[in-house]
Amino acid sequence: MKLELSRVIQGGARLGVLQGVGRTGQHSLKVPGCLLYTHFGTVPHLTQDTLQTVNNLPSVTQVTLSNIAEHQEVLEEFKEGFKTFAGLHNTVLYCSLHDPATRSPTGYATNKTVSVWGSGGRIELTASKFMALLKTVKPDWYQSMADGETWQTNTSRKRIRKSVDRTLAYLDECLLVHQKSQDLDGVELFGVVEGGDVMEERVRSARETAKRPVAGFCFDGLQTGSVDPALRTQLITSMTKELPEDKPRLLQGVGRPDEVLACVEAGVDLFEGFFPFQVTERGCALCFNYDVSPDPERAVLELNEEKHSAGDNVQPKGDLNCEDQTQMTSFEMNLKDKRYQDDFKSLVEGCGCYCCKNHQRAYLHHLLVTNELLAGVLLMIHNMTHYQNFFSAVREALATDKINLLKKRVNGEARNT
Amino acid sequence: TAGAILKALSAASPLTLRIVAECPVTKARACDLTLPHCTVNTPVFMPVGTQGTLKGITVDQLESLGCQICLGNTYHLGMRPGPDLIVKANGLHGFMNWKRNLLTDSGGFQMVSLVELSEVTEEGVNFKSPYDGKEILLSPEKSISIQNSLGSDIMMQLDDVVSSTVKGPRVEEAMHRSIRWLDRCIAANKNPDKQNLFAIIQGGLDAELRKACLKEMTQRDVSGFAIGGLSGGEEKNDFWRMVTLSTDHLPQEKPRYLMGVGYAVDLVVCVALGCDMFDCVFPTRTARFGSALVPWGSLQVKQKQYAKDFLPIDPDCHCPTCKRHSRAYLHALFKSDTAAMHHVTVHNIAYQLSLMRSVRQSIVEGRFPEFIRAFMKRMFPSRDDYPGWAVDALASVNVTLD
Repeated sequence: MKLELSRVIQGGARLGVLQGVGRTGQHSLKVPGCLLYTHFGTVPHLTQDTLQTVNNLPSVTQVTLSNIAEHQEVLEEFKEGFKTFAGLHNTVLYCSLHDPATRSPTGYATNKTVSVWGSGGRIELTASKFMALLKTVKPDWYQSMADGETWQTNTSRKRIRKSVDRTLAYLDECLLVHQKSQDLDGVELFGVVEGGDVMEERVRSARETAKRPVAGFCFDGLQTGSVDPALRTQLITSMTKELPEDKPRLLQGVGRPDEVLACVEAGVDLFEGFFPFQVTERGCALCFNYDVSPDPERAVLELNEEKHSAGDNVQPKGDLNCEDQTQMTSFEMNLKDKRYQDDFKSLVEGCGCYCCKNHQRAYLHHLLVTNELLAGVLLMIHNMTHYQNFFSAVREALATDKINLLKKRVNGEARNT
Repeated sequence: TAGAILKALSAASPLTLRIVAECPVTKARACDLTLPHCTVNTPVFMPVGTQGTLKGITVDQLESLGCQICLGNTYHLGMRPGPDLIVKANGLHGFMNWKRNLLTDSGGFQMVSLVELSEVTEEGVNFKSPYDGKEILLSPEKSISIQNSLGSDIMMQLDDVVSSTVKGPRVEEAMHRSIRWLDRCIAANKNPDKQNLFAIIQGGLDAELRKACLKEMTQRDVSGFAIGGLSGGEEKNDFWRMVTLSTDHLPQEKPRYLMGVGYAVDLVVCVALGCDMFDCVFPTRTARFGSALVPWGSLQVKQKQYAKDFLPIDPDCHCPTCKRHSRAYLHALFKSDTAAMHHVTVHNIAYQLSLMRSVRQSIVEGRFPEFIRAFMKRMFPSRDDYPGWAVDALASVNVTLD
């Protein structure tokens, strides 16, 4: 893969395209961008028919070893790799270690192993087993094995140092196997940068990882809720200083629009697309504004809206330092709320997704109140669409110098209610 | 002219039945049932979308599968979100955004099966709402009023539902009351030119009571007849006899709807006995437990034996699930995401609709008895496994199974 940057804003944000993605090099991915979040190759709640109603799907599908590890035997017997097993056509497969939407317990990583949690419990992986698993999965691209158990707030410096050392050791082991395997010919490997919340460790980890022949970098241990957002961007800046400009950076576990914007400005190119799923699971629909189009009439309208809803804003911002990320944010509307019972508008005006074209808030409210499965289907479609449109807006804003206005919109009071 | 008047009359009627073919051997028919939203080809299986949705399937998916009519439940929708809201949403069609036909039941069955303390009087069914504890009376008038608000193409009368396992005077009382309630339902229908009303034949497992009910109800001006009070745990031997007795006494020119029947064998046999329409929660409910319906029975995709089975559920099935996914993938997916249920739901609906299409086609082409024989052969490992009641029922309409 090759990162072609069309714009680099001083000290941070980059705009461009990741070209030659996938074993056949056929695919591309615009950056900043996000990956297609799946459970075992399936976008949550969606079958192919419902998935295809979403227009701007990312070209890269993410799967996680926490979902896949327990099925190793089946995949080995199948022989043709995960993509074919899951009926995935015409997509790039990226394999990560953990599911970004769930927090794994800490205290299990050792000098030789990390653990993932499948439906049947904990599965321990050595670097050797990790690589064997990957050879069976046959992804186009994967992250190296990593010890990221530093996300808890009281992690000791000693423990953080260990995570950096271990992750580098795992990386070297993985690289050895990777370079020797014909099976992994043409497959890209990303190194994982650790370091908890300690600047020096972050710098050390980045510097060392950059010395290895990796295709790009994952930033681990900075998941939403694990570190103060302001500190996070400082840490990211310190890491990117050590990294080559022409290799992409993927930030793990961050998906909230405000945090995404902050991290884009600090130099992150790629994000995991799990946030729409989290919003869906709490029965909410993304509705935050990302429109920075120059429309003077609209600007006046919005100024008034902002004045009104600023005081009216009953939605919590969502505690960024709270470890429970199931809490609702200010970017979404809670469709279980009684106010939507007889609201016959679409979720978001002008959205154009299948849900907004065909259904109304009152219907979604009813589906949620009656615990109907269709709620998840429709919300997932809408939330994915809205989120993808947001990323388009981010790129557009970077191209037209409107990133500050976008930040204002997204962080601001103007919600589409 | 008489012809113009006839045409005008049928244009005003919200239901017309055209018999396309009749099986010369059995009592089966293939018909085109024209309803306000579109024509339905019968015999037809109607999937059940209880609360204004078909468990995880979008209306587009349902349409793509070829579904022309599905069910909504008056009891559930009457409780949540309630008839007033649905009127505001342009009826149940508008609320769900379903452009084809809807049939709503009366709420009677749920009343006695779901509600803890319900009491039937001449007025209607008294019960306590499970949501707010309030006392509610579901009368024939109230049921039709809700169904008028829902705007379904076919409404069912409120009947006095008695379990088929109940014996004694209660059965007769319920039968007579159902007739009186039918008359009240007919009188209460505010939209006779847009919404059809079906009567429901009761009488339990008593031939004389059934015949009495048939005699009375067929004198009423309704668009169609349902055979009710069956499919509730009674002996299959009694079941089929009541079905065939009913169709013997129902008019040819109106549709016959056998309520609560959905197992493949039951469908095929009851088509042979003269039924046109069927509904059942079974196919969609069982899907959510990982049970996939196939021509040779069912396949429990969550079982260990399918973990490494790389075939689709049914290699001959053309549904979206079978075209893309294997049993092994679905088996694994059940551990990871709810979409696994949706895949099997789509397949099961496809199976049911495809079965009925094949049944219809065989009737149209005059080879329904051969179809039945081939169907049974595929479904059961050997002749000894054929259910006795099915053999008897089919024999009664001149089909012998080899």
